[in-house]
Amino acid sequence: MDENSAARLKRRLTGIVYRIGLFLAMLTICLPGLWIVLSSLRPTVEIMAKPPVWIPQDISFDAYVAMFSGIGKGGIPVIEYFRNSLIISVTSTVIAVAIGMAGGYAFARYRFRGKSSVFLGLMLTRTVPGIALSLPLFFLYVRLGIIDTHFGLILAYVALNVPFTIWLIDGFFRQVPKDLAEAAQIDGCTRWQAFWQVEFPLAGPGIASAAIFAFLTCWNEFALASQLTRSVSAKTLPVGLLDYTAEFTIDWRGMCALAVVMIIPALTLTYIVQKHLVGGLTSGAVKG
Amino acid sequence: MATVSLKKLTKRYGNVGIVHGIDLDITDREFIALVGPSGCGKSTTLRMIAGLEEISAGSIEIGGRVVNDLPPRSRNISMVFQSYALYPHMTVRENLGFSLKIAGVAKEDMDRRVAEASAILGLDALLDRRPSQLSGGQRQRVAMGRAIVRDPDVFLFDEPLSNLDAKLRTQMRTEIKKLHAKVQSTVIYVTHDQVEAMTLADRIVIMRDGHIEQVGTPEEVFRRPSTRFVAGFIGSPPMNLHEATIDNGQLVFASGEKLPLPGQFKANVTTGDRVVFGLRPDDIYPTGHGISSGGAADVHQIELPITVTEPLGNETLVFVEFNGSDWVSRMLNPKPLKSGERVAMSLDLSQAHLFATDTGKTLRS
Ligand SMILES: Nc1ncnc2c1ncn2[C@@H]1O[C@H](COP(=O)(O)OP(=O)(O)O)[C@@H](O)[C@H]1O
Ligand SMILES: [Mg+2]
Repeated sequence: MDENSAARLKRRLTGIVYRIGLFLAMLTICLPGLWIVLSSLRPTVEIMAKPPVWIPQDISFDAYVAMFSGIGKGGIPVIEYFRNSLIISVTSTVIAVAIGMAGGYAFARYRFRGKSSVFLGLMLTRTVPGIALSLPLFFLYVRLGIIDTHFGLILAYVALNVPFTIWLIDGFFRQVPKDLAEAAQIDGCTRWQAFWQVEFPLAGPGIASAAIFAFLTCWNEFALASQLTRSVSAKTLPVGLLDYTAEFTIDWRGMCALAVVMIIPALTLTYIVQKHLVGGLTSGAVKG
Repeated sequence: MATVSLKKLTKRYGNVGIVHGIDLDITDREFIALVGPSGCGKSTTLRMIAGLEEISAGSIEIGGRVVNDLPPRSRNISMVFQSYALYPHMTVRENLGFSLKIAGVAKEDMDRRVAEASAILGLDALLDRRPSQLSGGQRQRVAMGRAIVRDPDVFLFDEPLSNLDAKLRTQMRTEIKKLHAKVQSTVIYVTHDQVEAMTLADRIVIMRDGHIEQVGTPEEVFRRPSTRFVAGFIGSPPMNLHEATIDNGQLVFASGEKLPLPGQFKANVTTGDRVVFGLRPDDIYPTGHGISSGGAADVHQIELPITVTEPLGNETLVFVEFNGSDWVSRMLNPKPLKSGERVAMSLDLSQAHLFATDTGKTLRS
């Protein structure tokens, strides 16, 4: 065997090893999701079976039918929860991204006193676990009378997301060369026009990804929502999952079905937005 | 079509002075090159003229109008950036037309003006491409096209060619010169490359540490540098500069070697003065192989050892040892020379320069 065929064989073997590794990694990531979908379709006996039943024997959509069939018939107010989730997530995402754009732009473009400490401060807020905040927030909200309202949760989520959106969007604005905004100003733009005509479109993909992250954080958040909402008028989907727990039993099938209902919109949105997440738009602006 | 005039123009960042009150009057349609080593404040000066940088003191007038506090868009200028700064999300056509779109120019008018600029710069085939699909030279062209579409009073260039390779640079240099002849606007051109400045400009402004050292035509700054710095900066290979002391009509160098004091300086120096003696490579040559071989006024003969030779075909750069270091000389009609060989050199002292050691100013009257 000569050197060349040895090298070729080695390359092919490495390829196979990579593929196996990749498959295992994907399996680890996807299996829980798959298991949720499966569990939503099979009876509790099968879910609880030991050893696990890998291949479902008895598939039915009963859980989904029950979910939407109203209180009393095993249903939960899923439409209301969905509406609450949507209102709260979308509103707080829009606000957090707007603030993140303003803040991120300022951090990326301007020098000001205390810049790095403010930035560090923003990051440090992320180190506090949400659950630790839920009790103080609960008392505060009760006093303010905004417990169990959309407004209250939106406020909490904006605060939760703003440091992150600022940090992410700052990074994307930094990648847009300063020269471009200056060129636009020379070409007749005001500062404001230069931003919207040139810098915003170029940082767009980054802003979109910040929006996805913020949205998913809100959509899936449980710790705060479970403390700050009580009733159908404000409870979000993750909190709604608890409706399937009774004093002594947990309806795993129902819970998994609701989880699937939750995942689908998030997945769809992410899929749509990520198409626009084409990076490298700034290439060609400057040399190289 | 405009004059530009800088009056005591100053830039400070905090306490650090960057540009120290420069005065400059640029006439209409003039091509001015700002040249100087990196970090001397050329870009800062240009950016202040553009309105991208606030001025700390002084004033700027464009076409007789004080523009100190006007935003860039109100100054009717165009700028070509070193990085080109093309808008990556727009096609070449959109890049060219952007300023017109912002100004609200009618569609037909815009198309016509974009077509004109594109024709001048030969961009017709590229109009629907994006900047990322262009080569360096093409991007450079688009950047210039974007500048001329606006029909500005003043063009500002900030080292527009420094990102191109040597061959393309020479080519674009010629194009810029042609372009200036065509569009007839005032041009302020920043470069650190003295060859670019010499070849392009009507007048050259040599800057150093935020001051103007000299303003003059290429001929003037080459023939009559007013400071030691200008003498060393302009010309390639650079002028040979050596410190010496005046002693009874002679220049005495550190090594003890002596040269007669060139006649044109006799009135301006006295024994004991410390000076810097300068002689361009063109004015020192193996005897019989120089520009002024025909009979220059004040030629001094001296025999010196050769250290290295660099043949360039039509001429050879000969390095000879003098005063403990190398002197560059230019040998025309070259013949082979060997290192270590001692050759008779002619020094045309009528072309020599003398600068005061302490102030760096020329001692020519
Ligand atoms: N924003 C700034 N803050 C402080 N110093 C600056 C700033 N911008 C430029 N400088 C300094 O000003 C000097 C001149 O810069 P510049 O005009 O870009 O030089 P060049 O002649 O190479 O174009 C440099 O020493 C640079 O460090
Ligand atoms: Mg510069």
